[in-house]
Amino acid sequence: MDYDVLIIGAGMSGLAAGIRLAYYGKSVCVVEKHYRVGGLNSFYNLGGHKLDVGLHAMTNYVPKGVKLSPLPKLLRQLKLKAEDFALCPQRMSAIKFPNKTIRFNNDFGFFVQEVVDNFPRQADNFQKLLKSIFEYDELNLCAKPVSAREVVGSIISDPLLSDMIFCPLMFYGNAQENDMEFGQFVIMFKSIFCEGFARPQAGVRQILDVLVKKYKACGGELKMRCEVKSLKCANGRVASILLENGEVLTADRILSSAGYAETMKLLTDHDSSKLNCNVGQLSFVEFILVLNKEPAEMSYETTITFYNNSDRFDYRKPDELVDVSSGVICCPNNFQFENPLPEGMIRITNLANFDLWNRLGKEEYKAQKAAWLETTLREVVEFVPDFRDSIVFTDVFTPKTIYRFTGRINGAVYGTPNKTKTGKTHLDNLFICGTDQGFLGIVGAMLSGISMANLHVLQKG
Amino acid sequence: MTKQQIKDTILEIIAQIIPDEDLSNLKGDIPIREQVELDSMDFLDIVMELRKRYGIEVPEDEYMQLATLDSSAAYLEPRMREL
Repeated sequence: MDYDVLIIGAGMSGLAAGIRLAYYGKSVCVVEKHYRVGGLNSFYNLGGHKLDVGLHAMTNYVPKGVKLSPLPKLLRQLKLKAEDFALCPQRMSAIKFPNKTIRFNNDFGFFVQEVVDNFPRQADNFQKLLKSIFEYDELNLCAKPVSAREVVGSIISDPLLSDMIFCPLMFYGNAQENDMEFGQFVIMFKSIFCEGFARPQAGVRQILDVLVKKYKACGGELKMRCEVKSLKCANGRVASILLENGEVLTADRILSSAGYAETMKLLTDHDSSKLNCNVGQLSFVEFILVLNKEPAEMSYETTITFYNNSDRFDYRKPDELVDVSSGVICCPNNFQFENPLPEGMIRITNLANFDLWNRLGKEEYKAQKAAWLETTLREVVEFVPDFRDSIVFTDVFTPKTIYRFTGRINGAVYGTPNKTKTGKTHLDNLFICGTDQGFLGIVGAMLSGISMANLHVLQKG
Repeated sequence: MTKQQIKDTILEIIAQIIPDEDLSNLKGDIPIREQVELDSMDFLDIVMELRKRYGIEVPEDEYMQLATLDSSAAYLEPRMREL
């Protein structure tokens, strides 16, 4: 088969790109190696429970009617209505360090007041930081990378406040250890603090359902369990696409959401020695706990808690299997839903080491999952009410699980720190979209697919 | 199509892209993007709709010809005259 565009990966970015292209009459095929769509933001069923991967909350939430911010932009580009995602706003989230708590909700003024109340001496500096954030053009694809640690550190003189601001921004989308690029910082700051969190009642399934239906309604083709084996190169272009099932496809242009290094490895002429610098190291373990009651019944009303058990926040690949000193505690129940979710749930995310998990034998792997669950629970109940007696079901996924289902090297969910912002590769008709292109988060992933489809296909005629 | 019909078509396309905006007072000689909240991605969709509906190709380096309603009508008239 010959297509105008072949898209590798049916995640948020691939599907969004597919909708744009199919809507404007291109012949498009999305190939997905898994039997389920979603990629890094997907879902599964286990033990009669409906569980999500990735999405804790959708960032960038703004109420209907707000214009010119990423979410409404994306809805317009995908020809969707605000109601389609059925987003329900969060209740309240918190950043908890040993002696300080900063709360935030979807009202930016509330967050600013929380910072000022907790750090009165930093009030003026914080205003200066906000000014530099709002003056920065984070959408400029050609901007020179600047260290966010340096910029923030030069304005905010209390390292505790600095770390408390960085903590959620890093956990929700940073591919780099200890620091992040200032443009990424601005994108994440706006998406989390200025805009906010929301979730559909049905979780990530709702968003994926809408995307798949729209894509198919526009005439796009979706091939599931269809893995790309290699991309054959000739004359500086990808000439053909060989699938694992032996089929050969051709396409005028190819958009890959598989990751930069992961895509390069598919090329018949790739040079693996050049790929190492483009591999991410940061991965996570997630503990999913089903409870026999709503967390609100235990007086836990917080939507997302970002915790850190010391005054300094370390965001890096841990030396042990899991780093429980910091993490994210997500309660999917604590959004402003019309009806309560079918069961109580808590999800805990911690930094984890891919190599150490990958090295374990089968029995040891299982034992370590159970042991670290105990360890992380002991830590998190210092920050949230002790819910351990209410747990009725648990599941754990590790960096190894992420690698197995998404093909991401090192299970690096946020990809490489070296983003390919223009989406261009050394091949004329091969482009990168999604995590490794540079817009992060769920809204960011979709915007990445949209902008790369616009830039490299639609604008080119 | 006459120039007026072309302008009406463009307005109708813009109304489809940004349904919540009031387009009734749009001036023909002032850039559209200075009068309504239309970002570059939305602007691209005007070009895409013209291609989808009428098969008209506007090359990337001529997008600025569509900046105002008047310039759009002047630029598109030779291509849409027969429609």
